[in-house]
Amino acid sequence: MKIHEYQAKDLLRRFDVPVPDGGSATTVDQAVEVAKRLPGPVWVVKAQIHAGGRGKGGGVKLARSIDEVRTQATHILGMTLVTHQTGPEGRVVKRLLVEDGCRIAKEYYFAVIVDRETRRPVVMASSEGGMEIEEVAARSPEKILKEQVDPAVGLAPFQCRRLAFNLGMTGKVVHRAAKVFGKLYEAFMAMDCSLLEINPLVVTEDEEVVLLDAKLNFDDNALYRHPDILELRDMDEEEPTEIEASSHGLSYIKLDGNIGCMVNGAGLAMSTMDIIKLHGGEPANFLDVGGGANKDQVKAAFKIITHDPNVKAILVNIFGGIMRCDVIAEGIVAAVKDVGLTVPLVVRLEGTNVDIGKKILEESGLDLIAADGMRDAAEKVVAAAGGAGGVR
Amino acid sequence: MSILIDKDTRVIVQGITGATGAFHTRLMLEYGTQIVGGVTPGRGGTEFEGVPVFNTLKEAVAATQANASVVYVPPPFAADAIMEAVDAELPLVVAITEGIPVVDMVRVARYMEGRPTRLVGPNCPGVITPGACKIGIMPGHIHLPGRIGVLSRSGTLTYEAVGQLTALGLGQSTCIGIGGDPIIGTTHLDALKMFNEDPDTDAVVMIGEIGGNAEEVAAEYIADHMTKPVVGFIAGRTAPPGKRMGHAGAIISGGKGTAAEKMAALRAVGVHVAESPADIGAMMKDALNH
Repeated sequence: MKIHEYQAKDLLRRFDVPVPDGGSATTVDQAVEVAKRLPGPVWVVKAQIHAGGRGKGGGVKLARSIDEVRTQATHILGMTLVTHQTGPEGRVVKRLLVEDGCRIAKEYYFAVIVDRETRRPVVMASSEGGMEIEEVAARSPEKILKEQVDPAVGLAPFQCRRLAFNLGMTGKVVHRAAKVFGKLYEAFMAMDCSLLEINPLVVTEDEEVVLLDAKLNFDDNALYRHPDILELRDMDEEEPTEIEASSHGLSYIKLDGNIGCMVNGAGLAMSTMDIIKLHGGEPANFLDVGGGANKDQVKAAFKIITHDPNVKAILVNIFGGIMRCDVIAEGIVAAVKDVGLTVPLVVRLEGTNVDIGKKILEESGLDLIAADGMRDAAEKVVAAAGGAGGVR
Repeated sequence: MSILIDKDTRVIVQGITGATGAFHTRLMLEYGTQIVGGVTPGRGGTEFEGVPVFNTLKEAVAATQANASVVYVPPPFAADAIMEAVDAELPLVVAITEGIPVVDMVRVARYMEGRPTRLVGPNCPGVITPGACKIGIMPGHIHLPGRIGVLSRSGTLTYEAVGQLTALGLGQSTCIGIGGDPIIGTTHLDALKMFNEDPDTDAVVMIGEIGGNAEEVAAEYIADHMTKPVVGFIAGRTAPPGKRMGHAGAIISGGKGTAAEKMAALRAVGVHVAESPADIGAMMKDALNH
């Protein structure tokens, strides 16, 4: 799960790390009110969307007076912000963060992730703050410092100091930064983050360490133990059908093609998309009904797929293991009768109770196209959707 | 004849009285797996389907001489269950549970360092040596005893591959689902090594997917050490970057972990890479004939 910058900063304040004073606003007047409570003489007005690259896209502006805050807030609120992470359609800005400006002496990058290979948390820092870390990694990987963390000990003070010294920090800044690094690691673990990224972390002209930006992503599997964080979910930033799907325990991702897919299991669902493409079609979605889907979930899955106006044909690909083909077949029959079917439906069933499942479909009188094996299914659904290359 | 498990494997079910554990215990017993005990804290002294239930794993192991366990415990308690099995020094723990927090698995991985237990999973269908022992949730009837090793990050996609092999008369020595999470116990590399060293495995099907670089690491091993044909398939060529495709670990991040990269790495070391998931069985047949 992702949250906004202003929410991330609020959460990090609890860990006693220095973030600029400020507040969020959904109207221009609110933004001005927030600015008036801050000392000035410089304010920062920042668009709050779930995507990086906001500065380059024109979503972050400095203001040197309250009037300028009003002007910038008016400009940014409601704008469609396009960044390298939003896609070409961009994202409409519905909320701002107004903050105290600070006098920056030097910008750094700081992040914590879990490294899959070493199975440990790793802390990364770079003197190339404010830049995309992927760019730094590609151009000058030696500028990315890493400290692997022993989870039984935590990020040790000596590791924090080593990072600070190797970033080129000196004097009391070293100790201030080291303290902040340690607390950020604690925050990462305590909140079950999947990513903590501070870009930039700055040292001010007064030699203070400040988190100018903050990005927190959370491990969805751990949200059950963080109800306060779950409350920060912003439904406006997510695809409505993906929200609907997750409320039924389905894993759904919308894509641009015209062949709707319903599959059990993530690996088979991806492979089904792949084989559709291989036969000249384009998948309209990823949809995993999971290992133990019931009739209601199958029905919900059908509604979600058929709700997409681009869908010209549907492929159901089920390899019954624990999930029995007869249960799936009954779910399909019930769903089609309930939701209606306006596009061709290709069904491929295999595995546990496949014969009973096929019989249920045959006897239902529904206008289905039965398929044997994945290749046959892919060929039939691509043809039903208007043939290879029928998209875009 | 197999790796990891065989007809003599003695299995404890952790979470035997929970809905999932109970359901699959029955199916494993039906398949012929030696389920010698179960653990549900607070239910010690009772029986389930004729299997004795214990309060702690240590007790269960002492009473039954078990040498493997399978974890069906719900996500909030699953990491603890794995560590209990590691503490009891069981040689093998198979964790089926999906949805364990990553931070919990970081602690499990640290706890396991220097200890003898091998973990398979979590978030996996389990391990089966056809005709001998099934530990997990896979449908037993699609498997056929034989000499092909199968390893995969996925559940149903593994069944798809196994189904194709069985239809062609190509039986399996052992099939391992290693799991779709970012942190797993047994990697592609570990499983490949075991198959390479198993005298009763002639060839291996290796199924990967987007995310991470485990397939690339396996490719390095194949280049230097693998003496048996490997057929590979990578799921997720059409997956968009930055989106988690069902499995917690299946995500292309920062342009890394794409299917194209993984397929290229495997091809470069002589793996027979199937373009289509429908061709996995047929490719294995070809590979064995050459």
